[in-house]
Amino acid sequence: MYKILLSFRYLLKRRISYLAFLAVALCVFIVLVVMTVMTGLVTDFRQKNHSFAGDCVVGTESLVGFAYYEDFVKVLEQSGFIEAVSPVIKSYALIARQGAQQSKGVEIMGIEPLSHSKVTGFAETLYHHREDASRAFEPAFDVNRPGCVLGIDLWLRRDSSGGYSYEAVPSATPLSVSCFPLTAKGASAKGGAGEVSSKTFYYSDNSHSGLARVDSSLVYLPFEWSQRLCGMAGADKRANAIHIKFRPNVKIEDGCEKVALMWQSFKREKAGEKLSNLLETVTVQSWKDYRRSFIAAMEKEQAMIIVMFALVGVTTVFIIFVVFYMIVSHKSKDIGILKSIGVSNVNIIELFSGFAFLLGLLGAAIGTFFGWLFLLKINRVENWLFEHFKFQLWDRTIYAIDDIPNQIEFKVLVVIIISAIVACLAGALLPSRRAARMRPVETLQVSQL
Amino acid sequence: MFSKHMSNDDSILKVEGLYKSYRMGATKVSVLKGLVFAVKRGEFVAVVGVSGSGKSTLLHILGALDSPDKGVVEFEGRDLNRMAAGELNRFRNKTVGFVFQFYHLLDELSVMENVFLPAMAGCGVVGWFMCRRKVKRRAEELLEKLGLSDRAEHKPFQLSGGERQRVAIARALMNEPKVLLADEPTGNLDTATGNGILRVFEGLNTAGQTIVMVTHDEAIAHRAGRIVTLVNGKIEN
Repeated sequence: MYKILLSFRYLLKRRISYLAFLAVALCVFIVLVVMTVMTGLVTDFRQKNHSFAGDCVVGTESLVGFAYYEDFVKVLEQSGFIEAVSPVIKSYALIARQGAQQSKGVEIMGIEPLSHSKVTGFAETLYHHREDASRAFEPAFDVNRPGCVLGIDLWLRRDSSGGYSYEAVPSATPLSVSCFPLTAKGASAKGGAGEVSSKTFYYSDNSHSGLARVDSSLVYLPFEWSQRLCGMAGADKRANAIHIKFRPNVKIEDGCEKVALMWQSFKREKAGEKLSNLLETVTVQSWKDYRRSFIAAMEKEQAMIIVMFALVGVTTVFIIFVVFYMIVSHKSKDIGILKSIGVSNVNIIELFSGFAFLLGLLGAAIGTFFGWLFLLKINRVENWLFEHFKFQLWDRTIYAIDDIPNQIEFKVLVVIIISAIVACLAGALLPSRRAARMRPVETLQVSQL
Repeated sequence: MFSKHMSNDDSILKVEGLYKSYRMGATKVSVLKGLVFAVKRGEFVAVVGVSGSGKSTLLHILGALDSPDKGVVEFEGRDLNRMAAGELNRFRNKTVGFVFQFYHLLDELSVMENVFLPAMAGCGVVGWFMCRRKVKRRAEELLEKLGLSDRAEHKPFQLSGGERQRVAIARALMNEPKVLLADEPTGNLDTATGNGILRVFEGLNTAGQTIVMVTHDEAIAHRAGRIVTLVNGKIEN
């Protein structure tokens, strides 16, 4: 009981303790704020990528695509663990407003909007047809014309506050889309001067996925039209990928494993068919693996920040070590008194460890409180700074983020608090042992001088 | 004066052939050189000697705050040198009480908390909650006996030297020790205050408390029941 009493008294009555727990509080504050923002950005980025891709993708990198995709779609739709599937055409094209001198290179994705919305978050990215994605390719001025959905940054400019000025009704803008159709053997489907397939589409909506690369370079087209443009229609229809959504109770890894087995079985069935060679390039990937090249960069940054904060932790341990070394030196008389009344060496270590524990807990609590408060106001602070000084942490005209993430994750908070306490205990360990080894006779005699 | 021919049956503390030296750099300084000493139950013994004669060293060894290089230290027939660390801690907590020249109170604790600190140190958290009322009553009784009832919530820095020494005495008596060891208890006090402390010791001894007091002042030593003089690391008389 005296250990608890003395720990509290040392914590509250010694000024040097204030410095120590303020140091801990500052470290906790910094780590909490940065980890919350970073984790928020990474989580948000992952969620957007997951929403973009669905749960699983059966696809090929080859622009030629693969055949018999309709048969495999039937197989998938009959399985009990799959909720929805969406075959997709992926290719590259040149897009130009009619009459314009310049064209722009874009990626095109041919989809059936309703089924694609069941697999991915496509519908939520739309502006004019969010409530009814099946009409995504119906231009407002004439629903019978073939429409196209443009990545938002292809159509609108992002303003400095990160917003867009949407039109009330999509304008009747014709856009020429030109592709290079390929045969199943990978050769140009058209020879001579007419190697390119072109078609005029009309702007019907824009898609804001929150992924910079997608929003600035992707054009959604109706599935059949894109199939024709890419030379994948005809007797042996081809597609580039099938996006899949699992039922809610199915784990992604388990679902992908089952789909992979189904694909292997399907491949064996089609082994003797005319275009079975195209099936060899097809892979089955979870959404994470499918979007690995985009996610990995952010995950590496997050890992780097965690490493840097480990160094911050080492600094905290050192600060606590120095503070406790000073406290133990100053408290040598107390240690002598405690030993003279029968307190053991182990109890002396426990006393200072308890003190370190309280110091870590209090510092973590203060750091957490101010971190929470700062995160609560972080967007208002940034808005105020932008209004008065034109300063933004991330330039919204460049970075595709809305508000700075400020939701503290409970798991992250628990890890930070435990790390702060462990750092304090680690820093106090050697001074505590030094205190325990002090000879009471010496400490009491020295303090008499 | 302890004589070899006297019966040792009522000796509470006994020391035989005690040697203790300290190393000061390359030099070895022998402080106790084959000391023989005993204290009977209920005695008030004053150990006198010049500065550096080994008085405090003897007291620290008697109270198991230090260990001898050679020799036997017996408390009620038990050799302190053969006790394990845990037993020695319990010995210091329950069997002896120390009073130091400079009081050595804990600045962060109140007078009352300083007094019941030995009792708190002797029981765990659960034990404390079971016995705290009894302990606080004992502490209040001691403070009342020593005229400090109205100072119970004060901090040591708010007390005079004499008051602090009385708090130290109350702390030393908290666990009803069998022996009270006092190292120059009046060394830091003026004459009048020192006399007050000595009256406290006399009162305690009258009530049966065994006391061993170290002092360099002959006048103070004469207030004790027996005086032993330490010269050159040995008891002279």
